Amino acid sequence: MKLSDLQQWRDRAVRDVSMRGERKEWRIVVSMGTSGIAAGARDVMRALMDEIERQELENVEVALTGSLGLDDFEPVLRVEHQDESVFYGRLTPEAARSIISEHVCQGRKVERFVIGLPKERE
Amino acid sequence: MPAYRSHVLLCAGGACISCGCLAVRDALEQELQRQGLSDEIRVVQTGCVGSCDLGPVMIVYPDEVFYQKVRPADVPKLVEEHFLKGRIYEPLLVKSPETDNLIATQREFAFFNKQFKIVLENCGIIDPEKIDEYVARGGYQALGMVLTERSPQWVIEEVKKSGLRGRGGAGFPTGIKWELMAKSPGDEKYIVCNADEGDPGAFMDRSVLEGDPHRVLEAMAIAGYAVGARKGFIYCRAEYPLAIKRTQLAINQAREAGFLGKNLFETDFSFDIEIRVGAGAFVCGEETALLASIEGKRGIPRPRPPFPAVSGLWGKPTLISNVETYACICPIIMRGGEWYASIGTEKSKGTKVFALAGKIQNTGLVEVPMGTTLREIVYDIGGGVPNGKKFKAAQTGGPSGGCIPAEHIDVSMDYESLAKMGSIVGSGGLIVMDEDSCMVDVAKFFMDFCMDESCGKCPPCRVGTRQIYGILDKISKGQAVVEDLTLLEELCMMVKETSLCGLGQTAPNPVLSTLRYFRDEYLAHIVDKRCPAKVCPDLVRYTIDEEVCTGCSLCAKNCPENTIFKVDGEKKYRIDPVRCIRCGVCYDVCRFNAVIKE
Repeated sequence: MKLSDLQQWRDRAVRDVSMRGERKEWRIVVSMGTSGIAAGARDVMRALMDEIERQELENVEVALTGSLGLDDFEPVLRVEHQDESVFYGRLTPEAARSIISEHVCQGRKVERFVIGLPKERE
Repeated sequence: MPAYRSHVLLCAGGACISCGCLAVRDALEQELQRQGLSDEIRVVQTGCVGSCDLGPVMIVYPDEVFYQKVRPADVPKLVEEHFLKGRIYEPLLVKSPETDNLIATQREFAFFNKQFKIVLENCGIIDPEKIDEYVARGGYQALGMVLTERSPQWVIEEVKKSGLRGRGGAGFPTGIKWELMAKSPGDEKYIVCNADEGDPGAFMDRSVLEGDPHRVLEAMAIAGYAVGARKGFIYCRAEYPLAIKRTQLAINQAREAGFLGKNLFETDFSFDIEIRVGAGAFVCGEETALLASIEGKRGIPRPRPPFPAVSGLWGKPTLISNVETYACICPIIMRGGEWYASIGTEKSKGTKVFALAGKIQNTGLVEVPMGTTLREIVYDIGGGVPNGKKFKAAQTGGPSGGCIPAEHIDVSMDYESLAKMGSIVGSGGLIVMDEDSCMVDVAKFFMDFCMDESCGKCPPCRVGTRQIYGILDKISKGQAVVEDLTLLEELCMMVKETSLCGLGQTAPNPVLSTLRYFRDEYLAHIVDKRCPAKVCPDLVRYTIDEEVCTGCSLCAKNCPENTIFKVDGEKKYRIDPVRCIRCGVCYDVCRFNAVIKE
């Protein structure tokens, strides 16, 4: 064991516990009400998780919430970043993947799925 | 899907295990499996979270939602609501005692957000049985850094700069101890960790070993490097089986990873640690008795000097410190002695872990900067005294300490201020007492403990504690005379000044400090034959208020001596005062508050 080996070990291990530290830069909140689940919100959420893992992103967390009241648009999710909060609706697993690769990774909103206009978060 | 979206941290400290957290874990894993969520949610068993009276507790990350008193039967609903549908499951949240509002997250809960964690920074966050999690939190970086980049002198200087003082109770500056050790001649030296925590009500050392054992191992290895020792012992009492199990597991993992053993980090430095299990004698927390016990001899103290730093284990120089002291070392090395010295008061640096117990809303482990006031600990963190009772006093330092009465509740909790009050920081036990606590009874309890635990080697302690107990017993039975108080004080001073070791030297402290602040209560027992807190059984009288009594006969049915009889021709009961044994059963069972205790 060298100090550099320890450093590498730490870099590998830190991914597993990073969730227990400070809040991450990006937060994606998936609406998981009954209508959301019926419309496929679970598949959307799993696609998000899979994409985050595939791209080895460290700065995104995924959370669930109850119905947001936008039942007609389900599956719905909200992307929170700094003071901005963007709602997406009528999602598919593929759309969820594009939110990660375009909005989160490149800062470009996936406009065809955005609901309404981006709002300032309260 | 390999990445988890949520971690459920389930407290598996001793307290939560004893209230059934393992059954909750099994139920949780089973339910997650059933709902198809087990690859999304990871269940982690951690060490003590600190809020021991709320157990079993769990914290759900990333949102830090804090659930309390979780029963296996709650689990299916909890999983469906929180983990499947993303709604916080309100029935298991903590309620704020003042506002009745629900507290959803750990950071909103005053018990946690008023604390400042250094020693306990990993406790309740990592799985103590997984070395990866310790490494992920920066573990063994300090050891690797000092071995490859720093000299032993640098380490000692950094510890001296930090101002860290021994957390076992005496408060000797740790850096100076290390320096003395380093200067002691000889190539065979030992590092000893004192985990023989014996104060009634104190459990911080157990929690550190149960929740973050690698931290202690790493610090001991650093100490070994600084003072030139190659072998360490952890002396832990047999009553702490979980701490021993997890520490042994940690030692095995550290050896396998190359953090203990030969040529650590490819340097010439070798260090290894063994656990020695003690039979749980209070006196073995005293350093010379502890060393004797490690050597396989009977655990009795010997006179000092020579101090262990000169002649300890098998006559070799030995550095002996408490678990909590070692637990401060790695942060000091990584963030610097000056950083540590910036926390706390002028002479007491850093933080201290207190074990809050007694008549207080939130019991458990709390870590605060030195110099925090007793009021902040009792009211802000502890949530105050329950049932609308008044705060009367707090006992610090267990059987070696003293009490702090309500008028001094703004005292700063540090070594100097507490010594001025006639108490000590000690190992950090903090027992809160309300108006229903009798100070004579408290003093008697601690003296009973010391009398029992006295090893018997020196007469002042062996005979003195028994005599002090005898006088206290007389007082509590209303058989003492005023002159007994003078005798009690003389006896206390004699035991304090002439006992061989710390046990006897500090055993009279609870008596002396209660005498200092609550002399009138002693006098009430002696002169008025009355116990103001209505605790001492011999001085309490029970009567039945015949105006209130409904004649339900519950008291009479429960009286073990059949001393309660029906008044002829009326639906009333009465107690025979001569035959009453004052057990208080009638008082406890009466549903109409008709039994009067005075």
